[in-house]
Amino acid sequence: MTAKLWQTVKVPWIDDNPITLQILGICSALAVTTSLDTALVMTAAVTCVLAISGASVSLIRNFLPRSIRIIVQITIIASLVIVVDQVLKAYAFEISKRLSVFVGLIVTNCLVLGRAEGFAMRNGVLASTLDGIGNGIGYGLILILVGVVREFFGKGSLLGKQILITTSQGGAFEPLHLMLLPPSAFFIIGVIIWVIRTKKPKQVEQPEFQVRSEGMQQ
Amino acid sequence: MTDLGDLFLRSVFIENLALSFFLGMCTFLAVSKRVETAFGVGLAMIAVQTVTVPVNHLIYTYVLAPGALAWAGLDDVDLSFLSLIAFIGVIAAMVQVLEMTVEFHVPKLHRALGIFLPLITVNCAILGATLFMVERSYTFTQSVVYGLGTGVGWALAIVMLAAIRERLRYSDVPDGLKGLGVTFIVVGVMSLAFMGFSGIG
Repeated sequence: MTAKLWQTVKVPWIDDNPITLQILGICSALAVTTSLDTALVMTAAVTCVLAISGASVSLIRNFLPRSIRIIVQITIIASLVIVVDQVLKAYAFEISKRLSVFVGLIVTNCLVLGRAEGFAMRNGVLASTLDGIGNGIGYGLILILVGVVREFFGKGSLLGKQILITTSQGGAFEPLHLMLLPPSAFFIIGVIIWVIRTKKPKQVEQPEFQVRSEGMQQ
Repeated sequence: MTDLGDLFLRSVFIENLALSFFLGMCTFLAVSKRVETAFGVGLAMIAVQTVTVPVNHLIYTYVLAPGALAWAGLDDVDLSFLSLIAFIGVIAAMVQVLEMTVEFHVPKLHRALGIFLPLITVNCAILGATLFMVERSYTFTQSVVYGLGTGVGWALAIVMLAAIRERLRYSDVPDGLKGLGVTFIVVGVMSLAFMGFSGIG
């Protein structure tokens, strides 16, 4: 039993990663990763919301009429996000300013609703909480990886600490400004997906239909 | 007037929600396999954006903002912490109304859109546009233009991506990159191209 629960936590890390395989929660993963500290705060916020919303939805799942379930789930998630937003504003005001609208957007983060609808509606409270934590970690792993690459190569620093001395400060490192711009996040995640799928060929997508070959040969 | 024109162009090209703010990415990547469906979702998105952003603007200004309830004699009530729930409620209701209207008047389009219409509710581009509207304190007219502009920009981006992906089937992509991987890289290149517009401002 414990082995099975541990499996629930571990599977979303790489085997069933929310970002690279389930295509959930991508918006925020791209936008908040210009530096490592915002990525960490975002991971913590999303993991909290995921775990608590999973638990609450699973708790009331047997009393919930099917027709209004989405509205109820959204309301639960929105209330949790409001709490997280207020806590961040109170204790980490500077970071919450930099996260801008993206804390609020956890409401429409398809990862949270997707797990509530896909897992918590069918499983017990403990399993749903663990599933939330597991998916939060899987989501966080990608965020942290992208955040490290973008901050290190874009500014030469990690967590705001200067590691490589840039040319403007008299050092030898020329920061890659592209890394701080939106497109770089797409390239980095694309490459991460490539690496994961080369290691785990089972994840490679099959084409919906085969391109006929006779047209291509002359 | 030119201000509004500026705002429209800015929200379509320079601040394209999909390509420079990464909003609505899940739908953007999942529904862009064919041009026809992409076009349908784009149209639905324009309709929802043009209605919800101004409506949320009215709700925020007259009910939720600090001191907004002055007309009811409640000067120091600040309900802005409730804005997320109010906004998402408006969006869900609007999508529901839109779905019923489309089903009644254009049943063909309704069948083509299928599940994607209700899914627009959790499309972060819509809530995102509303939150940006509040953060930048637009006026009512500005919010109408901004809603329309962001909708058009998002629709444009998804139709373009779908067109590229249809062509992409004929190319020889390495196994690990097939599907999602190469789509990410294509979107990255598109976003790079859209950054060229930022010089216009």
